[in-house]
Amino acid sequence: MKPFSYAKADSPEAAIREVNTEHTRFIAGGTNLLDLMKLQVETPDKLVDISRLPLDEIEEREDGGLTIGALVPNSDLAADRRIIERYETLSRALLAGASGQLRNKASTGGNLLQRTRCYYFYDTASPCNKREPGTGCSAFGGLNRILAVIGTSEHCIATHPSDMAVAMRALDATIITLKRDGDKRRISIHDFYCLPGDTPHIENVLEPGELITHIELPAPVEGARQFYRKVRDRASYAFALVSIAGVVKVEDGRISHAALAFGGLAHMPWRNPDVEAALVGKAPTRDAFEAAADALLDGARGFGDNDFKIPLARRTLLATLRDVTGE
Amino acid sequence: MHWTINGQRYEAEPDIRTTLLDLAREHLGLTGSKKGCDHGQCGSCTMLVNGRRINSCLSLAVMHQDDEITTIEGLGQPDNLHPMQAAFVSHDGYQCGYCTPGQICSAVGMLDEVKKGFPSWVSDDLSSPSLNDQEIGERMSGNLCRCAAYPNIVDAIAEVAGLSEDQRQTSQKVSG
Ligand SMILES: Cc1cc2nc3c(=O)[nH]c(=O)nc-3n(C[C@H](O)[C@H](O)[C@H](O)COP(=O)(O)OP(=O)(O)OC[C@H]3O[C@@H](n4cnc5c(N)ncnc54)[C@H](O)[C@@H]3O)c2cc1C
Ligand code: SF4
Ligand code: FES
Ligand code: FES
Repeated sequence: MKPFSYAKADSPEAAIREVNTEHTRFIAGGTNLLDLMKLQVETPDKLVDISRLPLDEIEEREDGGLTIGALVPNSDLAADRRIIERYETLSRALLAGASGQLRNKASTGGNLLQRTRCYYFYDTASPCNKREPGTGCSAFGGLNRILAVIGTSEHCIATHPSDMAVAMRALDATIITLKRDGDKRRISIHDFYCLPGDTPHIENVLEPGELITHIELPAPVEGARQFYRKVRDRASYAFALVSIAGVVKVEDGRISHAALAFGGLAHMPWRNPDVEAALVGKAPTRDAFEAAADALLDGARGFGDNDFKIPLARRTLLATLRDVTGE
Repeated sequence: MHWTINGQRYEAEPDIRTTLLDLAREHLGLTGSKKGCDHGQCGSCTMLVNGRRINSCLSLAVMHQDDEITTIEGLGQPDNLHPMQAAFVSHDGYQCGYCTPGQICSAVGMLDEVKKGFPSWVSDDLSSPSLNDQEIGERMSGNLCRCAAYPNIVDAIAEVAGLSEDQRQTSQKVSG
């Protein structure tokens, strides 16, 4: 680990004031940042400890939604009665991730910003455009079993590994931040993450030193079913190969609402309006589900080891839709 | 810098990069907590911080100066074992013993989570989870055992949790 200086912040304003070196980073749970610092994949020259900021509450919103503080631990968020009752997909996605110990430490903000698990990103002896722009991508022709099949570029085929963020995307979350100039900003999760393009080192639209303070969830869709399905190599404590978070409602024999987000497939938690358009207004039949899968996988491309993800995503989507629509 | 570990106050000036695990082992002589992977993947470094189980290898010591930290040494001593330690002994919940301090600290933290109503991935009803063998397996998945003493570890935890044979075997559908 490279040496760094350390400051502890007791308010969001103090936290952004402490961002005053070239490579200052916030540290919350530290479960991703310290992991990467030990390998010198991350080399901050200063850490601002935000773990004790008073941003650990979940509050009711007037519209029936909730505001979640960025420092709410993953365990507490998953166990919160209001989350279980109104946003079951979020609770299940959180419980699908990591381990009991890690969820106790991991924060809501840190979870959104966790970095890819691409093996070459972790291996400082291998070229990686995400870690060191311009060096090349070792995953092409390499071990890419866990990597992306949608929205990839010739520069990077990494996936975003979070389970929680997939559910947040299905739930239309909004990320609230405090910028270094003291301005607040609201960013829809749909505009938050970036595709790799030719800048895979840029993963989201946050500016340097911008602090996530809250995540807002709009009121849940009444009468809809929520779910999170995760396919992985082990029954527990493994990242997703494919996952689906969703909110689906069937009325009078037709799908009246569908919000579906996918993990393990792309550089960001993936959502595609065409998938939902293929379902809404239709009877919950195999044909409709196949049309949704066609829309999802239109243009999908495997890179050898991860070719299997394309049929796996199709089957997972079909099985999940069949289960949740009770067909 | 200062810490409260097992109810005792410690002072030391380790390098700012020191993890809670290295602080305990290398600076304070508390070698019960083990380093398996140093990357959050095995659980052998599990400690209780303010009663919650965490991976001490992914925690900076400097960030935990105001917390109540408990390591395996603080749970019990050879002549005064914690019930979980005693159950591991009587069920032979180990072979080499390397993962054991982490397993025990994790199990103690886990049972407390169950008491607080924390659900798990295999809980059918997230709002009222109840413990059984499947739940124990899922909730303890952050603790690997290279010797695969898992069946005996589950026996030890089930005994401390006071589960009957019937309760242990109630199975639920696995969602996903
Ligand atoms: C062995 C292992 C298995 C795992 N398995 C899974 C899994 O199956 N599914 C899954 O989803 N995750 C998994 N994880 C990842 C885990 O969920 C993340 O490490 C965790 O959510 C990160 O949260 P944190 O608070 O510890 O972040 P930190 O490590 O503290 O921070 C991560 C990044 O976010 C930045 N940051 C943190 N908070 C803020 C904020 N409020 N504003 C601005 N920037 C901020 C930091 O500067 C840093 O760059 C696993 C991790 C490990 C080690
Ligand atoms: S896929 Fe992305 S993260 Fe992995 S080696 Fe290529 S550039 Fe790096
Ligand atoms: S040593 Fe901490 S999890 Fe392995
Ligand atoms: S007893 Fe040997 S690793 Fe668990």
